[in-house]
Amino acid sequence: MLAVVGTVPNPEFPMVAGIATLENGDICIQGRRVTVKRGTPALLAAAIKMGEALSQEEPFGYLIGDIGSGDGSQKLYQYLVKDLKQKNFHTLVFHYLQPHIGWHSRIQSVIEKLTPKPNLVADAGFMYVAKMSGRSSAYDLFTPDMGELAFLADELAPHPFYTRGFLLHEENRAPDLIARAYQHGNAARYLLVKGRKDYFADRNGVQAIIDHPMEEAMEAIGGTGDTLTGIVAALISSGMELRQAAIVAARVNRLAGSYAQPSPGTQVSEIIPHLPKALEEILKGRRELIQ
Amino acid sequence: MGAFGFLKKKSLEITENNNGDRGFLVFENTSEVIQAENLLKKKGWEVKVMGPPPEIRSGCDLVIEFPLIEELKITKTLQDAGIPPLQAVPVSSPLLEPVDLFQIKDFGRYLMVQAANMKLTVEKESLTIVNISGGGCPDVPYLAEQMVGKGLKEAPSPREIGHTLCGYALQLAYEEMKRRCLP
Repeated sequence: MLAVVGTVPNPEFPMVAGIATLENGDICIQGRRVTVKRGTPALLAAAIKMGEALSQEEPFGYLIGDIGSGDGSQKLYQYLVKDLKQKNFHTLVFHYLQPHIGWHSRIQSVIEKLTPKPNLVADAGFMYVAKMSGRSSAYDLFTPDMGELAFLADELAPHPFYTRGFLLHEENRAPDLIARAYQHGNAARYLLVKGRKDYFADRNGVQAIIDHPMEEAMEAIGGTGDTLTGIVAALISSGMELRQAAIVAARVNRLAGSYAQPSPGTQVSEIIPHLPKALEEILKGRRELIQ
Repeated sequence: MGAFGFLKKKSLEITENNNGDRGFLVFENTSEVIQAENLLKKKGWEVKVMGPPPEIRSGCDLVIEFPLIEELKITKTLQDAGIPPLQAVPVSSPLLEPVDLFQIKDFGRYLMVQAANMKLTVEKESLTIVNISGGGCPDVPYLAEQMVGKGLKEAPSPREIGHTLCGYALQLAYEEMKRRCLP
């Protein structure tokens, strides 16, 4: 089973842990509803849509309200340290959480003792703290955007806010930045870098570039990175090998975006409904290639 | 969050120091840093938000660099405002500089400004904020909810309602967008 850990932008939202479903475009979990705009709700929505298309069970969600004070994240960390010991997830995704080195270490201590060890995916705040802690290699997959890749490549920066200028955002330098991130031990086993072109890489360098279809507007749309992480997590959880899952996910996310005929003003909730059709198209193409 | 829970009490070792007249103020959390910066700038002090040295770093951290000679007056001002710093420490090694580069993308009808990991997009004609993307701290989805769909002049500033370094990066993108779009 897939589990997703993250926050929602509502300080009143209580700690919930349970199966997450999608009803009329909203995430429903433990009797609570969350509108899908971006962030962890968008990740969950994409994962649920993928699960439907792949006939997989719905994901388990750990959610709490946090608007940046970190109070919610702290309660969620406390809960996880106890609860993860009792669960057996195939794939575990950490997402929008307040970075905190101490809590990251405690969560990692719990995960290290799990057998079998789940596939670990980190994005957003939890990817930041994994890097800050020097523990990136404990993860199977990071899903940074280009700005975050520059942060991973900067061995001195504790947060993307401090990324040094010479490393910042030059798309054609992605292979150099990837190499630098691995050189300093600041990358997961695999990287799926989202941008104008998506890059799939490991410590040997770029393994695949996914650049079709090309929709320039996607870069401006908040939540398209969250959907990519949700798609790849759902594919891994379905049993697809991680390398294939990453490449398929990048193609599906781009194609769904293209189906929505996006402008920079498009919202990610307009893209998510197109995910099943995009998945069907990509998998059909793969089957034809194999035959 | 007690962002500085791992704060070491010992004074930081002085090595090569090119900032001898500067100190940094340590706060309980990033929200207080942002409030304190607003207050001190309004009062006319030359202060800068910076990254803390590794010795006291625990997460999503910021400190305020300030003229050491004015420590007494500055800390009194902050105490009176209800945001006393946890500690005022001389700068003994280079502090991390916040990002100061912007990437601009012109989509024709839309303009996008990126600062660090945060991107802000407006429709040029109406000056409506149509999208916010990037970032990983939990205030980003909240900031987006509060700002998207509003005019550049009417939207709340990330400085007022944000809490984290991602919020601060969005503030920089927001200021740059205003500089480019507003008279």
